[in-house]
Amino acid sequence: MSLILENMTKVVDGVTHLDNVSLEMEKGSFNVILGPTLAGKTTMLRLMAGLERPTSGRMLIKGQDMNPIPVWKRKVSMVYQQFINYPNLNVYENIAFPLRRGKLKADEIDHKVRTVAELLHIGELLTRKPKDLSGGQQQRTALARSLVKGDDLLLLDEPLINLDYKLREQIREEFRNIFDENGDTIIVYSTTDPLEALHLGGQLLVLNEGRPLQSGATHRVFRNPQTEEVARVFNDPPMNMIDGVVVNGRAVLGQGLSVPVTGHISGLKDGTYRFGLRASDLFLLRQSKNDVEFSATIELGEISGSETFIHARHHDVSWVIHEFGIHEHSLGEQASIYFNSRDLFVFGTEGGLTAGPEESTSTAPIY
Amino acid sequence: MARIDFVNAGHSYSGISDNIADYALQPMNHSWDDGKKYALLGPSGCGKTTLLNIISGLVRPSDGRVLFDDRDVTDIPTAKRNIAQVFQFPVIYNIMTVYNNLAFPLRCRKLPRPEIDIKVREVAELLNLTSHLSRPGFGLTADAKQLISLGRGLVRNDVAAIMLDEPLTVVDPHLKWQLRRKLKEVNNTYKMTMILVTHDQNEALTFADKVVLMKDGQIVQVGTPQELFENPKHTFTGYFIGSPAMNFMPCRLENNAVMVGNNQIPLPGLEACKTLPQGKLELGIRPEFLRLAQKASLDTIEVHVCDVRDLGNYNVATVVMGDHKLKVKVPISQSLPSDKGYLSFPPQWTKLYHEEKLVEISC
Repeated sequence: MSLILENMTKVVDGVTHLDNVSLEMEKGSFNVILGPTLAGKTTMLRLMAGLERPTSGRMLIKGQDMNPIPVWKRKVSMVYQQFINYPNLNVYENIAFPLRRGKLKADEIDHKVRTVAELLHIGELLTRKPKDLSGGQQQRTALARSLVKGDDLLLLDEPLINLDYKLREQIREEFRNIFDENGDTIIVYSTTDPLEALHLGGQLLVLNEGRPLQSGATHRVFRNPQTEEVARVFNDPPMNMIDGVVVNGRAVLGQGLSVPVTGHISGLKDGTYRFGLRASDLFLLRQSKNDVEFSATIELGEISGSETFIHARHHDVSWVIHEFGIHEHSLGEQASIYFNSRDLFVFGTEGGLTAGPEESTSTAPIY
Repeated sequence: MARIDFVNAGHSYSGISDNIADYALQPMNHSWDDGKKYALLGPSGCGKTTLLNIISGLVRPSDGRVLFDDRDVTDIPTAKRNIAQVFQFPVIYNIMTVYNNLAFPLRCRKLPRPEIDIKVREVAELLNLTSHLSRPGFGLTADAKQLISLGRGLVRNDVAAIMLDEPLTVVDPHLKWQLRRKLKEVNNTYKMTMILVTHDQNEALTFADKVVLMKDGQIVQVGTPQELFENPKHTFTGYFIGSPAMNFMPCRLENNAVMVGNNQIPLPGLEACKTLPQGKLELGIRPEFLRLAQKASLDTIEVHVCDVRDLGNYNVATVVMGDHKLKVKVPISQSLPSDKGYLSFPPQWTKLYHEEKLVEISC
């Protein structure tokens, strides 16, 4: 085991920024921290970098307690949301900078700089100054400088958030290939965007309000959220949540939506539950004959990328439905909405998962 | 409220020029229908802010004329054009109450007090600001302040158009959709011409009846969001709208068929293309419309599946067809071939581009 976080906690002026995080990371692993703003992601990265000291707990790297080691003695680098480069140095010297302090020969430095520059598609820009670069190129330069050192630990704090979406799309695509070649470096990448986390894969920790909620392989956590909170945080738009009751083998969601209690929910005891449905499991067309149907008023069609998210209201419950492609809907239009009970997540009143859909057998292999 | 026309209007910051590259906005004819919601969308430097400033009168076009309801306003200053504007950052009077903020434009126009009161309360009701009316502007959230900015435009009966310059930038992400919905409702109620400037495709597509997509000082395509998605008239539309972007491959025409490398892609109606002049030909199709099967059938092309990304609600497969890599979006419920797959191009979604412009063929 290469890196261990033991009960890391950070309290500032009585406010808990990070609450008892324990986690293990393998050498060469890729780790994602997912959470909304103020979840404690930056605090966690700063603690790992040594820029802040934990209130309690510690980090071990290769068995060594890092608490007494000052930041400048740690083999760690960090990439921030803002593009930070040396404005007076060209791209080549920006990347070479951390190598100049060591005892590397000039030709070794040259080889390393050019290799990492190629990997990040800035090989043609080596003689330019940062001010003559686009935002994307500036961030690529900062990333190249952090990769070239081959540190034990590379921390990336929402590195794409300040780029426009086309660029974000493009760099996100390349990231997996870049990070596949990182050798033994442990990479920790923080993001607020569930889709970005799924793009990146690797191992995931879900944080919310400073609390660690769930960890594991990214795609497994997505398919098997253990709490209502994880289901909310790790779905964009958040998973639809509806109060419901089970009485005498019959489930009723919201105001009178009757759902057959079969399959994975057949074992539910009588009681009150929260039912969760992903936006992508709601449809405007019937998918199968045992679908549940209800009628709702369309309030807005929100378009994101190539998808339409329809906000619709049924009595006092607001639903979000995910449609492939871009479609127009008029405000106030009535629509029939369909879902299948096999896609329901059931959470107890305490928020823990009571029953979840079986993992789809057709889940794609990751090559 | 007014219909706005550009008659050969364009702007070069260095004055009229023979060199088209000098133009931040190339001379164009374009009409903005009364009562519609438009979004000006494009990357930075595409000329959208110049266009907005020409409408509001902050920039006098070096070329052409601007008409409001057929009245030439090219030389009329901003103050007399009756344009309301909502800026990126909220601009409200912090020391005045919300009521007085909303009433301000009407008091300036010396409307009778009862009339002002009716109008202010009506607009406040629509914008859910009624409970805030007596409190001062400071300390309000960014979205409430933006609503007040908008409200100051709505109270006036004489507004020709409301211009919105990236108004949601400062608004908390999870409140954005509520504000977008409000903007739609407002437009439905007051039928005002609204023009939104943004570089964010999601914002533009969610807001607008018509999106005006711009690039390099020119309008590339005007259409409903659905039209831009389903029928991109320019390769730039295919690239800029949609995520992942549209797939494009160089192609050639042979015996009334489209050839991409050694593969023939069926596309009816190609007779019309016989008259096409020489030039770059590309085939385009969106990742959503390609079909990837495990078994070969009529009109499928064998491809190599080189990568699959599980994005939770769908998979994106990257396939290699000859020398080209294509992206295919596949629902999570559909099983995917590993290694070898069979790709088909539904003709109604397969588009041919000549020198980056769509070739209109009927199929």
